[in-house]
Amino acid sequence: MIQMENITRHYDTGKIKVKALRGIDLTINEGEFAAIMGPSGSGKSTLMHIIGCLDTPTSGNYTLDTKKVNSLSDNQLADIRNQKIGFVFQSFNLLPYASAYENVELPLIFAGIRTAERKKRVTNLLERVGLADRMDHRPGELSGGQQQRVAIARSLVNNPRIILADEPTGNLDSKSGAEIMELFIDLWKQGNTIVMITHDPNVSEYCQRIINLKDGAIENGFYTKNGNGVHGE
Amino acid sequence: MKSWYLFRLFTRELRNQRKRIALTVSGIAWGTLSIILLLAFGEGLKLQLGKADHGLGVNIVMLYGGQTSKVYQGLPRGRNIRFTEEDVQLLKDKIPQITGISGEYDMYGETLTYGNTTLTERVTGVLPPFEYMRSHYPQAGGRFINPIDVDQRRRVIFLGNSLKQRLMGDEPKPIGKTITLNGIPFTVIGIMQEKMQMSMYGGPDADKATIPATTLESLDGRRYVNRIVYQVNRTEMAPVVEQQAFEILGKKYRFDPSDKKAIFVWNTIEQRQVFSNMLTGIQLFLGLIGALTLLIASVGVANIMYVSVKERTREIGVKRALGAKRKHIKQQFIMEALLIAVVGGAIGGTVSLVLIKILQGIPVGSGPLQLLGKPTFSWPIAISTALILGIVGLAAGYFPAKRAAKVDPVESLRYE
Repeated sequence: MIQMENITRHYDTGKIKVKALRGIDLTINEGEFAAIMGPSGSGKSTLMHIIGCLDTPTSGNYTLDTKKVNSLSDNQLADIRNQKIGFVFQSFNLLPYASAYENVELPLIFAGIRTAERKKRVTNLLERVGLADRMDHRPGELSGGQQQRVAIARSLVNNPRIILADEPTGNLDSKSGAEIMELFIDLWKQGNTIVMITHDPNVSEYCQRIINLKDGAIENGFYTKNGNGVHGE
Repeated sequence: MKSWYLFRLFTRELRNQRKRIALTVSGIAWGTLSIILLLAFGEGLKLQLGKADHGLGVNIVMLYGGQTSKVYQGLPRGRNIRFTEEDVQLLKDKIPQITGISGEYDMYGETLTYGNTTLTERVTGVLPPFEYMRSHYPQAGGRFINPIDVDQRRRVIFLGNSLKQRLMGDEPKPIGKTITLNGIPFTVIGIMQEKMQMSMYGGPDADKATIPATTLESLDGRRYVNRIVYQVNRTEMAPVVEQQAFEILGKKYRFDPSDKKAIFVWNTIEQRQVFSNMLTGIQLFLGLIGALTLLIASVGVANIMYVSVKERTREIGVKRALGAKRKHIKQQFIMEALLIAVVGGAIGGTVSLVLIKILQGIPVGSGPLQLLGKPTFSWPIAISTALILGIVGLAAGYFPAKRAAKVDPVESLRYE
């Protein structure tokens, strides 16, 4: 699913050259639930941006779903983000003036899906995350946990190949956070591939695989006990 | 539909920045108002001046006898050329493009008497076509000089409206009353309708009296008309007719048809052309001022759009992460600017239409307001304003939209 070979990412901000990633080799298979961990400044976010095709590596090869990403145009990258990747952010990043329904609908708009089909998918997903009765609410009228559910529904709406979650429970109280993690586990069990950035060891316990980053490189990576085929069976 | 979705979100977002949007919209509305009003005043000026110009006549040319300046067929230069009623008939018969022709005799300082009022006035002797050539239209109940008057040398008189006031006061039934001209009784057959007259000779038509040319001849035995007035069927025929007149009269009076001094020509058609060009120039100028006002308003729109781009950097990043292409982001901002332009334009347009309606209802009297106080709306004005608005909206949206599309999603998502 994800294949990275010797990925580097350097930022050139005038005088200072920042080497955010210094040679990442990483393979994530279909159906995995991986946590990327590490202290701040370790390159987690940069790695996630590259996995999510928001950013392109300075060097190295990145293959997503058999497609080489390095050489794609801006529009092609936008299509990949739209079709193959579902983003979930720490701060939800919902449009404040749009209803839950419209927020989930947004990626379908960019994909050019017809109204009837949009309605079916959005309704379906909002029901699935337990917000069937909150469709017309604005983000401001929803709790943090509910907002993150809307964001998760939004990330799923184009049936992506992979869900990228950046500290999805970081802004939530522990109860809501646990509920959101349950939701991710459900999604994983239904066959979704999930890559989650976190620095919370409690959260990483839900995951099947843990990848530790340090100073822009992978320090170690291993499969947890969850990895014993919870999914594969 | 996709654009419907974007539109819905946009209008919802507008509510969040009501005050700012309202200010921008009113800027555009003000710009639209000024451009439409300026153009409407220009249009009104053009129409009124056109009317005033018609006061002298429509498509008319006047010929005055001159002095030859070229030796011709053994004749010396410096001979005076003078016209008679025969020449009028000759031109009428020979030149088919002439739709009306009349000689005109001038008499100055004639004594007109009605009741106890005696005035010293100008009187001219003309033929019936003068009515439509020189806009001598009678008020209801009266008439102008007709062919029978001319044939029978009737003592009938047609009064300018202002002259009638001075001579007969508010006399409600002037038609049929008898006045005397140098002691000879004349019957009043008509009073001229009030008209605006910009160019004139001898004085305004409203201040003179008109009698049949033949009657005038019989009164003081004149032979030579002071001028010949003729009307051509189409404006572009005027030079041809003029050339023919020179040839016909040149042959008769034996002067060189190319001798421009032999006949003095007052061509009101040429004059009108120059005049009309000038008015178009004035209108362009007014439109330019309006357009500049609108341009200033558009700077306001562009400004607010830039702020909007900055404030929504994060939102742009999120949309990009969800798969929005640069063009989607661009579309959004251009549409917003256009919408502001359209709403502002609609408000400005409506207000200016109402203002024009009100202004048109105010009586203007006969002062300078007569020309300026009649703003007139027209479709060319609407179309050019809409066009300028569209360009302004697009321009105001384009550059901010370009910046929005350049927002780096990674950068914009980094700041929590």
